Amino acid sequence: MEKFNSHTGTAVPLRRSNVDTDQIIPAVYLKRVTKSGFEDGLFAAWRNDPEFVLNQKQYTGATILVAGSDFGTGSSREHAVWALQNYGFKVVLSSRFADIFRGNSLKQGLLTVILPQIEIEKIWEQIEKEPTTKITVDLNQQKVSYQSGAANNEISFEIDSYTKWRLLEGLDDIGLTLQKESQISNFEGKRPVFKPKTLPIKS
Amino acid sequence: MGKTLAEKIWEDHLVTSKAGEPDLLYIDLHLIHEVTSPQAFDGLRLANRKVRRPDQTIATEDHNVPTVDINMPIADPVSKLQVDTLRKNCQEFGIRLHSLGDIDQGIVHVVGPQLGLTQPGATIVCGDSHTSTHGAFGALAFGIGTSEVEHVLATQTLPLARPKTMAINVTGELKPGVTSKDIILAIIAKIGTGGGQGYILEYRGEAIKKLSMEARMTICNMSIEAGARAGLIAADEVTFGYLKSRPHAPQGADWDAAISYWKSLVTDADAKFDQEVTIDASSLEPFVTWGTNPGQGLPLNSNVPNPNDFANEEEKIAAQRALDYMGLTAGTPLKSIKIDTVFLGSCTNGRIEDLRSAAEILNGKKIAPSLRMLVVPGSVKVRQQAITEGLDKIFLNAGAEWREAGCSMCLGMNPDQLSVGERSASTSNRNFEGRQGKGGRTHLVSPLVAAATALKGTLSAPSDL
Ligand code: SF4
Repeated sequence: MEKFNSHTGTAVPLRRSNVDTDQIIPAVYLKRVTKSGFEDGLFAAWRNDPEFVLNQKQYTGATILVAGSDFGTGSSREHAVWALQNYGFKVVLSSRFADIFRGNSLKQGLLTVILPQIEIEKIWEQIEKEPTTKITVDLNQQKVSYQSGAANNEISFEIDSYTKWRLLEGLDDIGLTLQKESQISNFEGKRPVFKPKTLPIKS
Repeated sequence: MGKTLAEKIWEDHLVTSKAGEPDLLYIDLHLIHEVTSPQAFDGLRLANRKVRRPDQTIATEDHNVPTVDINMPIADPVSKLQVDTLRKNCQEFGIRLHSLGDIDQGIVHVVGPQLGLTQPGATIVCGDSHTSTHGAFGALAFGIGTSEVEHVLATQTLPLARPKTMAINVTGELKPGVTSKDIILAIIAKIGTGGGQGYILEYRGEAIKKLSMEARMTICNMSIEAGARAGLIAADEVTFGYLKSRPHAPQGADWDAAISYWKSLVTDADAKFDQEVTIDASSLEPFVTWGTNPGQGLPLNSNVPNPNDFANEEEKIAAQRALDYMGLTAGTPLKSIKIDTVFLGSCTNGRIEDLRSAAEILNGKKIAPSLRMLVVPGSVKVRQQAITEGLDKIFLNAGAEWREAGCSMCLGMNPDQLSVGERSASTSNRNFEGRQGKGGRTHLVSPLVAAATALKGTLSAPSDL
């Protein structure tokens, strides 16, 4: 997992609430054998519509998704997070996320930030008016900031200190375990020789 | 205070243990198959990681391989993609793989023991819930999810919370015609499909001591059907006898060292289990399930239960739902239920002893003309052994189909499926709705009951012949 310190990018307004994981990625897209390539399935049901916000030219290359409330409800599929990441999103802003989705996303390094609904609405207005607006999400400072006209807006957000530390350090569960690499090696050094070995092949 | 077997194995595999953190457990052996591994390998690739211990990892193709025409390309595109992906991944990461057509190919839980890789005191994982099978050797073995598969590939460890322990004492002696499948079905019916949740089960007592390794595997296999992630049986002379001279069993001085360690792996006399259950083997009859979970089972001599006889409201509803799905009427004698398909196979009952015991009953006879019988050996080695003993002839002469090795109709991921409304007597482990094919109806039975049923056409025990 990559370290997450601060991210600056343009944003897409997704003015819908209760977007569940079946809408993020429908079940028919789950047959793949990879964790990559799910971008095609992202919001698949809506992508045919040329008016859908992701299809609008001015939002090409956006890395921040600004979603309505209760984002990520429904099935626990990890694919929903992979799809958003594969598409290029680094951050999702919403006033409320489903628990499992948020847990999955923070494990995989997709930063999900909770902001008050009123702030989400203001960001929507700003990025609809000026799609090139850059938004900075600073995890270290726990702040989201952007310019609107002459005004500099800064909004703080909450995140638990353990998750923040893991994201700042870029540690997924495997990364955390690998910090104990020397203990694992030590343990291996003391294993009895009679323990099962699959190689070389005997049959 | 003394320790239980499970505690001993756990403690011998602790890499780190700290308050407020899960224990980090070292994994001795990691088994892999095509269905639950692709995303794990892809995760490694994305993070630029390697497999830490290819020499403690082994893969086989089993879940969705065909059991006929195995030299032809796999017809189903999704199955083919998964199998091809496994082959590519094993090649890239240097993992030993037994592909379709290979002498050591077969169901992952049949192959591990057969190669002598499944050993007492080992920690064994696989992305498959029936990994509990390997507990029959006094190994701590359990199923894991795809993220955990990736974790083990990368680190050869798993962060885990320590489960509680439950003793299942099986006293007395089994009557003839009653098998270890009947023991485990009776245990599940007694403690329920959630009874083992959060526990490691240890099966003990004289009835267990008397069982062969293969019969012990059948019991441990279905621990998961009682809700337990793992079930185990202390290793003894039967275990050592089975292991000795297997390809990957320790040799020479290593064997002696192993034996003396393995002998220490028993629950101490003064150890305390968190829970204990006792069951009298001598009271058991051949068992069969009537419903849609493995806990809905009864002795074969009983009648289909009446939902109203269940005290608990939830069980009442579940029973009614099961009867509707199974197309059964309360009060019907189980033995009068007509069967369309008999399936002999799976990691529960697809080993050589299972085939032998069924063949003994079928020898020289014909299966009922109204039904079909599929015999699917658990591995290529089992298949070859059966052929050497002439069992294939007995099955074929009886009118059964003699297939190639794999999971087959246990889960119907390949073309071996039940059709809507079709009713099976199956030696597998799950009778969930649609498990063996959409709309299919499954009765779980022992190989003896499967064979007797095949001859009579209705659910039967060998004593009914
Ligand atoms: S035989 Fe059935 S239970 Fe066993 S591994 Fe295969 S699918 Fe799973």
